[in-house]
Amino acid sequence: MATDALLEPDEKIRLKGSAIVAAIKASKIEFVLSVPDIVTSEGLLRPIARDPQLRLIRVCKEDECIGIASGLYYCDKRALSLIQYTGFLDSINAIRGVAVEYRQPICMMIGLLGHDPETTPRNSPRYGVRIIEPILDAMGIPHHLINDDGDVGKIRPAIDDAYAASHPVALLIGRRPSS
Amino acid sequence: MKRDECFRILARHVTDEIVIATYSSAVDWLELGERPLNYFSVGAMGLDSSHALGLALGRPDRRIICLQGDGSLLMNLGCLVTIAAVQPKNLIHFVVQNGAYEANGGHPIPNTAVDFAAMARGAGYVQVHAFSDLANFAQQAGHVIKQDGPVFATLHVEPSKPLTYDYPNLYDAGRRAALKAALQQ
Repeated sequence: MATDALLEPDEKIRLKGSAIVAAIKASKIEFVLSVPDIVTSEGLLRPIARDPQLRLIRVCKEDECIGIASGLYYCDKRALSLIQYTGFLDSINAIRGVAVEYRQPICMMIGLLGHDPETTPRNSPRYGVRIIEPILDAMGIPHHLINDDGDVGKIRPAIDDAYAASHPVALLIGRRPSS
Repeated sequence: MKRDECFRILARHVTDEIVIATYSSAVDWLELGERPLNYFSVGAMGLDSSHALGLALGRPDRRIICLQGDGSLLMNLGCLVTIAAVQPKNLIHFVVQNGAYEANGGHPIPNTAVDFAAMARGAGYVQVHAFSDLANFAQQAGHVIKQDGPVFATLHVEPSKPLTYDYPNLYDAGRRAALKAALQQ
């Protein structure tokens, strides 16, 4: 198992990876498209890779997720892109063109690497994290912060709404989920 | 050989396949006629092959043909590795290599001699072809699109006549709705 540099040994588990995976499956997600992110590596990606109910497609670069999810949408298959915020930033044009302008339900779960979960992303110590919510707002993309177990209940309604109203959504993972 | 000539040959063999095309390839393919199973992915250059993979995963019962330009593939070279890892039997991936960003002024790609077929072979595509002779392509096209994939084929083409890019038409939301409806039947 990779060293968890952000989780102190005595830190209380505040966000269970198993609960997030359960919410993903309850949202009728069939495909998870991902580039590994150390925030979600152990708590989400590794259990998803083992889960027979989810098909994991490992991609080389995050914008591929946007195209693949779009293709699946035409086939009435739900997909979730599991990426780091850096990959989100790298994929802005794909998200702009495919998700926003084409009004497609591209669902993204974005790890906020370097974020201090005791504050808000807008006040994060990491510049890259501070700009994520303003960018999502500018693009008109709904977003939800998943910071502790009490936030996990936001996942299914957010994904269902994205598919019902055909728009993208971003679920921001504010701390490392437990493995 | 020229792109529009290759597409006319390809069209003789296309029936219920989903065809994804972008930019100049989309213009030439649309010249051959409207069909609901066309998907013109314009606006995020390079993603056409990723759209194709999504469609191939979502509809394994249908064959998916991607008509990608060389400039587009260069923007998403990682897709070759992703597609090869997934091994979709129903995906046929053409790259139309004219060595230029035709829709953006005709400037050359960084290396016009790049060997995409070698890249696809190295990535792990099951079937890899390269065509530069129209008669040979005419003889092989029907076979190529029926092979178990992932199939990759480079079409080495000359620059085409100047095209008119009617982006509002290509972007039209009605086309995407028609594709979705056709796939629900």
